[in-house]
Amino acid sequence: MKQQLEQIRLNGLRALDEAQSLAALEELRVKLLGKKGELTAVLKTMGKLSPEERPVMGQLANSVRADMEQKLEQRKAQLDAAALEAKLAAEAIDVTIPGEPVTLGHQHPMNQVLQEIKDIFVGLGYQVVDGPEVELAQYNFTKLNIEEGHPSRDRSDTFYFTDDDSLLLRTQTSPMQIRAMENTKPPICILAPGRVYRKDEADATHSPMFHQIEGLVVDEGITMGDLKGALVSLMKRIYGEDAVMRFRPHHFPFTEPSCEMDMQCHKCHGTGEVDGQVCSTCHGEGWIELLGAGMVHPKVLEGCGIDPSKYSGFAFGMGLERMAMGRMRINDLRLIFDNDVRFLNQF
Amino acid sequence: MKLNRKWINEEFVDLSHISDKEYVETMTVFGQKVETYESMSAEIRNVVVGKVLSMVPHPNSDHMFICQVEVGKEEPVQIVTGAQNVHEGDLVPAALHNSWLPGGVHITKGKLRGEKSNGMLCSFEELGLTQNDLPGVFADGIWILNDEDCKPGDDINLVIGNDDTVVDFEITNNRPDCYSIMGLARESAAAFHLPMRHHEPVVKGSDAGSIFEKLDVEVPAEEPCHRYTARMVANVKVGPSPKWLRQRLRANGVRPINNIVDITNYVMLEYGQPMHAFDYRYVSSGTIVVRQSVEGEAITTLDGTLRNLKPGMLVIADGEKPIGLAGIMGGENSEITETTTTVVFESANFDGTSIRQTALSLGLRTEASGKFEKNLDPMMTVPAVQRACELVELLQCGDVLDGTIDVLNYVPEEKTLPLEVDAINKLLGTKISREDMVNYLNLLEIPVEGDTIYVPSWRPDLNLMADIAEEVGRSFGYNEIPTTEFKNSTQGGYPPQMLLEAQAGQLCRSLGYSEIITYSFVSPAVFDQIRLPGDNPLRNALKIQNPLGEDTSIMRTVALPSMLEILSRNNACHNKSAKLYELAKVYLPQEGQTLPMEPKMLVLGTYGAQESFFTLKGELEAILAGLRVKKATYTAVQDHPAFHPGRCARVSVEGVDLGYLGQLHPLAARNYGLDMEVYCCELNFTALFDLRKEAPTYVPLPKYPSVTRDLALVCDEAITVAQMEQVMTKAAGKLLRDIRLFDIYRGKGVEDGKKSLAFSLTLRADDRTLTDADSEGVVKKVLEALETQLGATLR
Repeated sequence: MKQQLEQIRLNGLRALDEAQSLAALEELRVKLLGKKGELTAVLKTMGKLSPEERPVMGQLANSVRADMEQKLEQRKAQLDAAALEAKLAAEAIDVTIPGEPVTLGHQHPMNQVLQEIKDIFVGLGYQVVDGPEVELAQYNFTKLNIEEGHPSRDRSDTFYFTDDDSLLLRTQTSPMQIRAMENTKPPICILAPGRVYRKDEADATHSPMFHQIEGLVVDEGITMGDLKGALVSLMKRIYGEDAVMRFRPHHFPFTEPSCEMDMQCHKCHGTGEVDGQVCSTCHGEGWIELLGAGMVHPKVLEGCGIDPSKYSGFAFGMGLERMAMGRMRINDLRLIFDNDVRFLNQF
Repeated sequence: MKLNRKWINEEFVDLSHISDKEYVETMTVFGQKVETYESMSAEIRNVVVGKVLSMVPHPNSDHMFICQVEVGKEEPVQIVTGAQNVHEGDLVPAALHNSWLPGGVHITKGKLRGEKSNGMLCSFEELGLTQNDLPGVFADGIWILNDEDCKPGDDINLVIGNDDTVVDFEITNNRPDCYSIMGLARESAAAFHLPMRHHEPVVKGSDAGSIFEKLDVEVPAEEPCHRYTARMVANVKVGPSPKWLRQRLRANGVRPINNIVDITNYVMLEYGQPMHAFDYRYVSSGTIVVRQSVEGEAITTLDGTLRNLKPGMLVIADGEKPIGLAGIMGGENSEITETTTTVVFESANFDGTSIRQTALSLGLRTEASGKFEKNLDPMMTVPAVQRACELVELLQCGDVLDGTIDVLNYVPEEKTLPLEVDAINKLLGTKISREDMVNYLNLLEIPVEGDTIYVPSWRPDLNLMADIAEEVGRSFGYNEIPTTEFKNSTQGGYPPQMLLEAQAGQLCRSLGYSEIITYSFVSPAVFDQIRLPGDNPLRNALKIQNPLGEDTSIMRTVALPSMLEILSRNNACHNKSAKLYELAKVYLPQEGQTLPMEPKMLVLGTYGAQESFFTLKGELEAILAGLRVKKATYTAVQDHPAFHPGRCARVSVEGVDLGYLGQLHPLAARNYGLDMEVYCCELNFTALFDLRKEAPTYVPLPKYPSVTRDLALVCDEAITVAQMEQVMTKAAGKLLRDIRLFDIYRGKGVEDGKKSLAFSLTLRADDRTLTDADSEGVVKKVLEALETQLGATLR
């Protein structure tokens, strides 16, 4: 019997090893370990053994069963793996075939730049505000210390709706400053982007409608040093830590002192020349004008009911188109308003 | 404002040791921004004075000569010339090999009919000069330099007076004083911390009589003329000005004409005070009246143009007629000519706005009007006229009559300001000493005595502490002011409406729409283009009174046309498809309000192979869902003139109409040159803001499974899906959780005039698993209701 069992083990293990499919393996399982299988058949003769032999044979039979079961599991795992491998091989695809197209739309390049700037200012504590584009001359000019007869009020410069020149298309975002100061008590810290309108024929660098971004800070003890600090840190965020700025005196009716801020040309590094040629980016000036700014004019504060002996503030304004065109190397302003999809898709 | 550096160096403050680059940079950061600067000698290079040593006729030519020319080098150079006015011993301009002349003309050596020529002898025209620059010089042929102070080898630029740099300044509106050489000299001196030299004009006078015997000047007080100053010169000898004067004018871009006219131009440049000279012979009845033009008056100005004047323009008239346009241009009838013997110099001060309006209205902007527009210093008229008379005596071109007529129509005020050292430092964020401040102001020729600043008459821009702070700040240096960071106590953020816009933009882009930006003003023709009837209220738009053109003359009340124009442009550029969105303001006039409402519209527009009503509608539904807008209803609209009558829906939420969605009417599409199906939608985005759901709160997930029942239903074509859904929803009761249309079928098995609609109904109870009996019950009720109410039957 012992011999029989060993034979079953030997043959069984070999057969299991040679089984080539899960079906063959199942067949073997029935043949070897099933109720009518070889091992069972041998065990059925156990009764004929002596009581001494019985446990010995029983043990041997169990180990044969265990060996075969283990082999069965092992072989099954091997065959499963092989089957999976074959299936995966059959399922292989050309991964270089393009994906199913999903078209994403594009944000207009100018609004991309605007969003970036707004986010920076919000992070610095500025509240973004909006205001009317059809505006009163009172807000667009008078309250900004731009007197009657000032050239910017001319009909050759400003679009008007009424004979008395009292209603117009705002020529700057600055009237939003006035509205903010009239409606809020200091501290005021706002950013006011928007459309503005001037009577310029559209060409590569002009448009009768364009965008400005206006900022205003009013509080006790605000100095020109604060204005410089705010603008330098802003520009470094936009143009990088290496950006070099300078301030120049300028004139705006609603700020005093007033200034303009330039950035050293990133192409020629201020020399005005690239390879012996006049720098095409700054036209040889070495500097690029970025924005106008200044300390809010005392008359403007006063006109908005803010005591200039107690409060001071600064304001700044920049052109969005110029900034977007510089950043994205767009060389013609008309492209911005043409909205050709071939243009929009580039951004 | 152009400035030649040599003029300043010679007359006011010597900055000849400062390089052009340093000068320009220093002036710019001091507040006088330089636009451009150019060395006058840059155009002419390697042209020198040559002495003709010998001339022999060219062997192969009947008119050319071979010249040996001494040019300051060891060996003379051989130059062939065809000029007939050159003689041995003459000094001439010689352009050497590899030289440059104005206009980019490059001269190199070569052979002329076989003879070597190592350059070219030049005429004055070839050197960029005109007869006006060189009166008395023979115009034809080579410029003979025998009378000039020069020697062989000298750079010709020195002879011409090109050894100068012209700097072009951008002058800000508040500094009319800087529209003059003297004003810029003052700024230059202060910028370099040097004192400025001053010259008080002195007129010797003559025995030719008095102005008061010859001239009357009337300036009515109400006219926009603050001051009118005049002096007269008799025994005038009109002729060319001396070289130094001509050169200064030329360097400033002013063409020399004759000594009298040149003097007025010179004084205008130097003092910034425009002047005019009248020929006294043509000042009828010896009277000058400053008055407004009357109906029907006209004048031929110095440029030879007859100008019809509108009543109310300020003119200088004699007893009969206008002889000049005040502050703009003189009249041809009183022009200085070679035969002029007696001259009236006018040095006046006019109101800037009046001059600007007249200049604008006539389309005649001149150097003089440009200066007057800025409101000049009325204290300048007298020194300027004195200077002109001084120059007449210096040039010996006439006898100055005694006396000055000076009509003063305004009261000069002495303006003082306190020097507020602490306030200035507080505004600037600096610690500048009082002493330094006083020093800065003095350098700018602003006197300070004690704590009082005496504001000079030429500085109308200085009115309060902040103005003085600017003077102190720029003298100290804006770039030297310490940069500080203020403590910001405010919290940044966006208004909620703007956040929603950003979100809408993101949703549109995720669905494939790209953003456009269009003009807010449009043509009034857009209403016709989108076929709005004449009485449509949207036609009530704000009209710009002075538009650039008809195309941009009204503020849009509807944003769709802007989108259509862009679609049209893209189609014209052969872009096969376009999927665009804009968040566009419209401008709606309000009864009884001055300012219009400016709501924002969400506009979607598409054309292309993939597009249909239902793709657009699906996308719109996704956008509205993404924005958490409450349930929208879509109602068929047949009579919107811009849309296809069978493919247009009104979109409303809770009874608020938001706008329309649909296929553009083919006739409207044709108006935009669009010959394909165009789908578009315009919704009031601002109104949508208030139609959003509350912020979501958690609803427990269902504990029991749902059951799905699919029903294919046959109904009349006329019955809409919305009707079917409505009936089913009502009949099904509270177990119904969702209805979804999944198929529409027409054809075999469905009789004509009918259609089969397949719906999937989802049923669920919150407290138990539904039994078959439950769902059968619902289906039965639904089918009964459909049959009785809509005649729809199970297929």
